[in-house]
Amino acid sequence: MHVTLDASPGVSILTLLSWGDAGYADELFFGALSTFFIAILAFGLGLALGFGAAIARFSAISMLRQISWIYSTLFRAVPELVLILILYYAGGDLVTLAAKALGLGAVAFNGPTAAVVVLGLVQGAYAGEVLRGAILAVPQGYKEAALSLGLSQAQTFRYVSLPLMLPLALPGLSNLWLSLTKATALVSVVGYTELTLATQQAAGSSKLYFVMYGAALLLYWWLSVVSGRLFARLENHFRRYQAPLAVGSGA
Amino acid sequence: MNWSWLPDYAWPLWHGLGVTFLVLAISVVGGFLFAVPLALAQISGQGASARLAQGFCSLMRGTPLLLQLYMLYYGLGSLFPMLPREWFGWLARLDAIYYVLLAFTLNFAGYEAEVLRGALLAVPKGQLEAAHSLGLNERQVLRYVWLPLATYRILPTLAGDIIAQLKSTPVAFTVPVMDFMGVARRVTQDTALYYEPLLLVAATYLVLAFAITQVFARFEKKVRQFQPN
Repeated sequence: MHVTLDASPGVSILTLLSWGDAGYADELFFGALSTFFIAILAFGLGLALGFGAAIARFSAISMLRQISWIYSTLFRAVPELVLILILYYAGGDLVTLAAKALGLGAVAFNGPTAAVVVLGLVQGAYAGEVLRGAILAVPQGYKEAALSLGLSQAQTFRYVSLPLMLPLALPGLSNLWLSLTKATALVSVVGYTELTLATQQAAGSSKLYFVMYGAALLLYWWLSVVSGRLFARLENHFRRYQAPLAVGSGA
Repeated sequence: MNWSWLPDYAWPLWHGLGVTFLVLAISVVGGFLFAVPLALAQISGQGASARLAQGFCSLMRGTPLLLQLYMLYYGLGSLFPMLPREWFGWLARLDAIYYVLLAFTLNFAGYEAEVLRGALLAVPKGQLEAAHSLGLNERQVLRYVWLPLATYRILPTLAGDIIAQLKSTPVAFTVPVMDFMGVARRVTQDTALYYEPLLLVAATYLVLAFAITQVFARFEKKVRQFQPN
């Protein structure tokens, strides 16, 4: 390259993009790894919360239905960045209160735990809607048949509704995963070092803003293209179980 | 809860709301206009332009808007001062808001091109052939038949996407822009109140999202009377 791109004189771009002390490749790599892990954990937490929220929507207890409705409506209507900041502060205060009540010293609510909890809570609201839609799409007749064969409510859900609804939920969940990997960038705002914040630091100290942000963009892009393909494969795999449903539900 | 700061910040907040609205309006309109050639390039399906359009959409949809904004503001912005000052000095002095407008417009275009592509392909061939046989040229068919029919199809999706775009506008405050969120963060800096400004932002966005839904429901109803089957 002939242009120095404003880098510190005498140091080539290749050195700055290398592994180790001189370069920033390791910083970006560990940032990307951290993005990937909080995304996976937050997805798991979101799935669990979403399942809870979806099942609560069909509960016989009206208060559970209302709480679930308020959760999914509020969390989906407020911008994610705003929610992340509110939950981050609230989480910090709650942890401090709990630590005081238990007579412990100062406990910090930050790092990966905060990132996962905050993203998972937001994710759960969206996952709840996807799963609720999928539960609704399982034809009533299947459940009635299972119940009439003597299965309990729980067994019907476990052995009939769940296997039938999962393939239906997959496209929605795949979209959620893709938007979650992008939403992880938002936790850089509360100071958690994932790929975006690692890039900011690398760009700031190397002065190679364009190159560093370009590299990070490519990493995010790669992650979403690869996981998009994986989900497409998974959908193909599950589609064969879906045949009988298409008749009854028009799905 | 302490809301005593509200009167002091009423004017900046009002102004910030205007900035937020401007970002939304310009990026939605500009993004949609840019999405049309992007979608057409993908449909034509040949050569470099199709591949370029596909790559662009995939990049916009596959990477965080926050990072796209950083890439433009810090990344591209860091290159401008190297250009000859006498011609490009104004580029180096551009306000952050222009980068925000560009990033949000490109991002929205990436999403809408994908939606529009599907809708353009879904318009029945017969409609286009009829238009051609009436003597309309390519441009006229696109302008008066193809695009309106496709746009009608995506109205419900568009409403959802505009609300999604509204919900990403707070990202603008991460570069020095005083949108509604930016002003709210300033309040936190000045008063050390964490929850109140954020709750105000959350409530405001709730109201805005509801208002957009209502406007679109009416608009859709109105447009439906012109819809041929």
